[in-house]
Amino acid sequence: MIPAAFEYYRPKDMDKVLSILEEHGDDARVMAGGHSLIPMMKLRMADVPHLIDLQDVGGMSEIEIGADTIKIGALVTQSDIIDHAALADVAPILREASLQIADPQVRYMGTLGGNIANGDPGNDMPGLMQCLDATFTVVGQDGERAIPARDFYEAAYVTAREDGEVLTAVTIPRPKGGHAYEKQKRKIGDYATAAASVQIVNDGGKCVSAAIAMTNLSDTPVFSKTAGDALVGTSVDDAALKAAVAAMLGDIDPTEDNRGPVAFKNHVAGVILRRAIARAWSRA
Amino acid sequence: MSKKKHVTLNVNGKTEEFLAEPRELLIYTLRERLNITGPHIGCETSHCGACTVTIDGKSVKSCTMFAVQAEGAEITTIEGIGGPDNLHPLQEAFKEHHGLQCGYCTPGMITRATKLLEEIPNPTEAEIRFGMAGNLCRCTGYQNIVKSIQAAAAQMSAAKEAAE
Repeated sequence: MIPAAFEYYRPKDMDKVLSILEEHGDDARVMAGGHSLIPMMKLRMADVPHLIDLQDVGGMSEIEIGADTIKIGALVTQSDIIDHAALADVAPILREASLQIADPQVRYMGTLGGNIANGDPGNDMPGLMQCLDATFTVVGQDGERAIPARDFYEAAYVTAREDGEVLTAVTIPRPKGGHAYEKQKRKIGDYATAAASVQIVNDGGKCVSAAIAMTNLSDTPVFSKTAGDALVGTSVDDAALKAAVAAMLGDIDPTEDNRGPVAFKNHVAGVILRRAIARAWSRA
Repeated sequence: MSKKKHVTLNVNGKTEEFLAEPRELLIYTLRERLNITGPHIGCETSHCGACTVTIDGKSVKSCTMFAVQAEGAEITTIEGIGGPDNLHPLQEAFKEHHGLQCGYCTPGMITRATKLLEEIPNPTEAEIRFGMAGNLCRCTGYQNIVKSIQAAAAQMSAAKEAAE
């Protein structure tokens, strides 16, 4: 399991990162924790002639909790998220999801930015970011731009980030109401057979807003606006749950693979979403 | 052939300097270059945890890191945790409570467990199982691995109290 040879760069600032990216184009990739990229390089499914290690580039490891928004640097790891008490207070869904990613060793290395930018439909953070209506900051030679998570994913491993750009931070509106990240997986360390992110607001027994996104049930994460809308104005009773699940099933497009046939995935997606909504509502 | 990089690591308290191709994975550096053969190669795909070492205070699967990434890091392997003449309480407990059968996963298990007990000195069974989820035992000896870690935690806490 030896990857093909590559040149290794460990620049100290973003200008240098961007100039290496510009020089080598498609042949260069940035790496944070490396726990998605290195396994692919070992299998020789990813060919990276020029590897840029981001670990010495400053300013991407902070978690800033503002009055209205939360900003998280791209190099913040899953274990940083789990250990950050103030973050768990204002956005508990992040911790709940992070605890369901991979295993302890991988969570020390795996970063939020890597999980988001990689574009693997199996990654958990993209769907969660869509649920939370996050905005991604990317930087390139022409400066910074912000891309909504709900517009970022185009196909498996294809995102709105251009080749010469680097994802540096994520900004999330402070979540309101109850939350749940529910994930069905075959074993520890596996990607989801189906996972659901739910953030829901209860006002006097009526649901006034609901955001729902699904993971690993299409070649991109799926933000299901219709599923959320099916809950709004209801008391989240059985009829509303059924309507939300039916709406979600209309938005996902799973394919058969080693996690099961399409009918099974649709079934699991429904069960998982029902559980996630019920749990989020009980906390709302 | 890519350009070799100069790498300096501190492994178990000893400074190691060498030139390595960037694609050299840390587990090979440890085992083949430095003859530190405690960390094992099991699955080599980031699943089994047999190659677990501690790098700057984090438990890391050394099959999923290039040696060049660890430049400047402090690394502890099972060899740095204890030896035949000075067993670590976890090693003692694994011996006493049959926490190993074939022993292949043991260096990774114990290395990971040292870090787990640093973070949670008196873990519940559930916390042990969750915190050790990145280490697989093909003999399926989990019951006794959990018992061993519980015993070591109790022993280490008692020793700490006695010292205070």
